[in-house]
Amino acid sequence: MNTLKKSIKAVVSIFALIVIWQLVVLTGRFEESLLPSPAVVFTGIWDIVKDGTLLNHYRVSFARFLTGYVLAALTGVILGLLLGWNKSVWSFIDPVIQILRPVSPIAWFPFIVLWFGIGDAPAVVIIFIAAFFPILLSTVSGVGNVDAIYMKVADNFGLKQPALLFKIILPAAFPLIANGLHLALGTAWVFLVAGEMVGAQSGLGFMIIDARNSLRSDLVLAGIIIIGVLGLILDRLVRLLENRIKRQWGVSLEERN
Amino acid sequence: MYITISDASREYYLKDKGKMTALHKVNLEIEEGEFICLLGPSGCGKSTLLNMIAGFDRPTSGSVKIHGEVVTKPSENRITIFQNYGLLPWRNVLRNVELGLEAKNISKKERRQIAEEYIELVGLSAYKHHHPAQLSGGMQQRVALARALAVDPEILLMDEPFGALDAMTRMSMQDEIERLWQEKKKTIIFVTHDIEEAVFLADRIVIMTPSPGRIKSIIKVPLARKRDRTGNDFIKIRDRVFEEFGFKDTAEVDFFI
Repeated sequence: MNTLKKSIKAVVSIFALIVIWQLVVLTGRFEESLLPSPAVVFTGIWDIVKDGTLLNHYRVSFARFLTGYVLAALTGVILGLLLGWNKSVWSFIDPVIQILRPVSPIAWFPFIVLWFGIGDAPAVVIIFIAAFFPILLSTVSGVGNVDAIYMKVADNFGLKQPALLFKIILPAAFPLIANGLHLALGTAWVFLVAGEMVGAQSGLGFMIIDARNSLRSDLVLAGIIIIGVLGLILDRLVRLLENRIKRQWGVSLEERN
Repeated sequence: MYITISDASREYYLKDKGKMTALHKVNLEIEEGEFICLLGPSGCGKSTLLNMIAGFDRPTSGSVKIHGEVVTKPSENRITIFQNYGLLPWRNVLRNVELGLEAKNISKKERRQIAEEYIELVGLSAYKHHHPAQLSGGMQQRVALARALAVDPEILLMDEPFGALDAMTRMSMQDEIERLWQEKKKTIIFVTHDIEEAVFLADRIVIMTPSPGRIKSIIKVPLARKRDRTGNDFIKIRDRVFEEFGFKDTAEVDFFI
């Protein structure tokens, strides 16, 4: 019932947006090339879906995204566990992280090209940078916030490393780590497109730049809509997975979110 | 003597308040199989004393010995039961009870068998696949009891274990712990601030007073088990404990100091 209500609301709001868009176009104050009409844009989407352009670009983008994100998740979680556990080392590293974190990954682009060359690498590195910091920071704080009573219980029953890490610390920190992974997913998706706009010859970001270069504003808008929808689908899939794992962990879902 | 505490003191040094004495020169001897209640208001050092017997804390002077050996660290031979249970929320009842057994060198099959046996003992067989969050407070404490008993410790240390339960549940848990104590022949040291609870459970009640925390007196409870909470003898002893804390007007009025 609740999901039905939600989807009705979603459909209504999207429909309203399209109506307003069409009305603005109908005023005739904007040239076709400055603001293409919904019909033209949806035809554009249909065209790139039909001739396989979209699928090709999507495949390339998704492979880059997955590579960068998985690398960031692995290094972020492993480093986060080590640094979260070793507070004194973390206190030295934390200031550096705090300086690097607010820098947009795109700012690194000149160096990335020099260090990693062109091709897939720059986009992967940018995704990595974008995803790494939220994952690292949430893991560190997750490890730091493990309830002292769990450690006391483990100590009492004589649990030693590595059992302590895998049986107590990692699962106890998991809800916070999962939040970080989820947050990083959104950020990484944003920077995927940005990364491909400046350095790639393929992918969803490139598809938009390519459309601009051939003066196809309808395809630019089509690209924007597709990226938005794909990002939303990705987010929902991960949320489903996250909720399922959290339920297995016995963490009540109502408490969070 | 089985447990010997001699001249044990515990002092803390706080930045703003200076030296604090949580426990001052405590002497106490406990026999094997005894049920001891540490009774007193908050700040009397009863939990500090329990933590020192558990090995989570150490006296700043004096000593705690078990079997003639000085206690320096926690051991699976003395398991602590906490007021907030200390169950791992991501594990179900069965896996929670197995936790302590995992540190021991026994097969998976045997582990499961022992866990099931102790879950049966506390009457939770129907709930073995539930997660802690799905259980009531009393049931969660039963799980913690099963987990503690599963590693077959000699001593159970209970830190206000029923403090978070409602009065009815608390009484049924008192019945339960008495039954388990008689069946399993453990030595139990039980911290409480509930006078009736102490009279119902203890062989001897250790009465403690605050600032600094110390033992005021020790009252023997020579009543047969299972004790009748409304019986005359019960009430007589309860009144004596009330007197010790000055909650009861005595016959001889002594206003002078």
